Amino acid sequence: MHTKVLISAGLLLFSIVSSAETVFVSLEKDNAIAVVDPIAGKLIKTVNIGQRPRGIQLSPDAQTLYIATSDDDTVLEVDANTLAVKSKLPSGEDPETFAINSAGTHMYVSNEDDNQVTVIDLLTRQAIHTISVGVEPEGIAVSPDNLWIVSASETTNMVHWIDAKTYEIKANTLVDPRPRALSFTADGQQLWVTSEIDGTLMIIDVATKEISQRIHFAVPGLGKEKIQPVGVVVDKKRQWAYVALGPANRVAVVNAQTYEVEKYLLVGARVWNLAFSPEQKRLYTTNGVSHDISIIDLDDHKVTKSIAVGRYPWGLAVKP
Amino acid sequence: MLTVRLLLFYLLLLSLVCSNRLIASEQQEIKIAYLTQEQQVPSALSNLEPFITDKGLQGALLGLKDNNTTGQFTAQNYLLEQVIVPIDGDVKQAFAEILEQGVRLIIVNLPAEQLLQLHQLNNNQALLFDVATRTDAFRHNQCLSNVLHLLPSRAMRADALAQYMLKKRWNRWFLVTGNTAEDALYAQAIKRSAKRFGMKIIAEKKWLHTYDARRTAQSDIPVFTQVDDYDVLVVADEQGLFGEYISYRSWLPRPVIGTQGLVATAWHRTHEQWGAVQIQNRFKALANRYMQEQDYAAYLAARAIGEAVTRTRAVDAVSVKAYLLSDRFKLQGYKGKPLSFRSWNGQLRQPVLLAAPTSLVIAAPLEGFLHPTNELDTLGYDQPETHCQ
Repeated sequence: MHTKVLISAGLLLFSIVSSAETVFVSLEKDNAIAVVDPIAGKLIKTVNIGQRPRGIQLSPDAQTLYIATSDDDTVLEVDANTLAVKSKLPSGEDPETFAINSAGTHMYVSNEDDNQVTVIDLLTRQAIHTISVGVEPEGIAVSPDNLWIVSASETTNMVHWIDAKTYEIKANTLVDPRPRALSFTADGQQLWVTSEIDGTLMIIDVATKEISQRIHFAVPGLGKEKIQPVGVVVDKKRQWAYVALGPANRVAVVNAQTYEVEKYLLVGARVWNLAFSPEQKRLYTTNGVSHDISIIDLDDHKVTKSIAVGRYPWGLAVKP
Repeated sequence: MLTVRLLLFYLLLLSLVCSNRLIASEQQEIKIAYLTQEQQVPSALSNLEPFITDKGLQGALLGLKDNNTTGQFTAQNYLLEQVIVPIDGDVKQAFAEILEQGVRLIIVNLPAEQLLQLHQLNNNQALLFDVATRTDAFRHNQCLSNVLHLLPSRAMRADALAQYMLKKRWNRWFLVTGNTAEDALYAQAIKRSAKRFGMKIIAEKKWLHTYDARRTAQSDIPVFTQVDDYDVLVVADEQGLFGEYISYRSWLPRPVIGTQGLVATAWHRTHEQWGAVQIQNRFKALANRYMQEQDYAAYLAARAIGEAVTRTRAVDAVSVKAYLLSDRFKLQGYKGKPLSFRSWNGQLRQPVLLAAPTSLVIAAPLEGFLHPTNELDTLGYDQPETHCQ
């Protein structure tokens, strides 16, 4: 009797914990998002959303989910609890990725075909500015102090430093060919940038805007050209950084203090983007070609599970 | 009071002059010439495909545009001088004039014989970007100094096809060759690849363009293609004078590859991967048509110059060439791998696309074709095979 109660209490507790975290995955070719319970390891449902969804991110309060539906030329504002579309933001043409400031008041969208960045006021839902940048802007990020918007252009091979108040480009950092993703460290001192074509990871010093470190990857038994870094994230303590290596099908674990690559974790095929769990206990990866996501346990750096989600998973957002 | 005002005025004037000088000394100008000659409209099998007169030029223009977008952040301005020689004009004269003007970066869209003449005339003064030839000799035993070749050679194309045929185990080939000199060169490349990858050419026939009224595609091809059993029919018809007739009309139901059917090409309108959609869209917006191989080559030529100039801030031919042939040069070419130049023959290393008319089949080099230094060098003449330095 007592044990039964205990067990059911335990189950109840477990189910509360398991429903506490939801992963949303944009599915580029399914025109949908997948809703995943990562603790139970289950795909809960797939929701049709719009054409070619790619960039996906939650508002700072985690109540709103923003999804760039590139072929609909808009960023959708979606209720993160009901998944009902609230509005379509004027993102400009072919939005792929975007960044949101920490206050949740402004969104910055890369318009890849038009060589510009569109600034959207999230309160009025108006596009308030466009900024001309280099050819094929993709990766975009806002510094933790909200002073800088950084945009990487894939063909110009530059990181543009945009003043978040005046929207003027104040500096440009020339980087290795085809820069993809950008990620600020939590202390705002460094910007980590991946180069897909050169296979490198660059660390830019925010104060000088110059490259201070360059990290190379080598996976035994794998050709150099297979290593095409895309997504990069750095943990809050700046202890570890994780880099998705694309067709190398691995996530590199980089010591963010010594800049040594300590491990390569085998995940799914063509690993693309990365996202932390809320407490940074786990890392989720989208694997574009194997149509699944992988879950990495960050305590012991082991891949614990992969979950099939749908065709061409692109990005992910994690709701606490 | 007046003197103070005057002083202020002078100070203002001085600062204006200074700032102007600052801008002038920082702004760099990069002059590139694009040289081509108008062409006689060749005979064609079908009037569905229009003859494109500006193949190559539009690619160069897009490359310039991309360079100048980057240039606004680096204070570099690229100018393209278009030299389009009339059919009866003198190309050598036009080339000499470009040299006289001091332009040292020249994109050349001309056939092999003319490129050879310009190379002699050039005498290593300018760096030439060949966006037209696929001549194996230029990559193998007749290498041209100060010429970089942007398009895959015939050997690279044939190797790409052979790799895929090996994967499919379609090892028995029937080779059909047209009667132009280019067709013979293409057939030669096919034979080299067949030997390299262990393919067997079970029969070889030459297509003769006779004007016998009794001969029609429907009646002639089935008779012509009666040979021993084979897996694929390889056709060598670079101008497209008969190759399209073979599919669906051959005696045996076999796929056609080569210059028609499944083709090996640097670029194709069905190519979408690795960001290719972006450049396909940009090109279509600019030129109102699909990007052709020569456009892609000219685009890459302009972009290669842009990369060299952005990274080194040098604009002279010697520095640009040194950078382009160095290990540092890696060009994004929308084909998933960094492109670079082979130091021994100036050939651009690149994946070769294998495409059917409306679908991209695969990109070579294929998985599993290994190379000690760079898998792209499994296509075409590798360093140990070439007589070039």
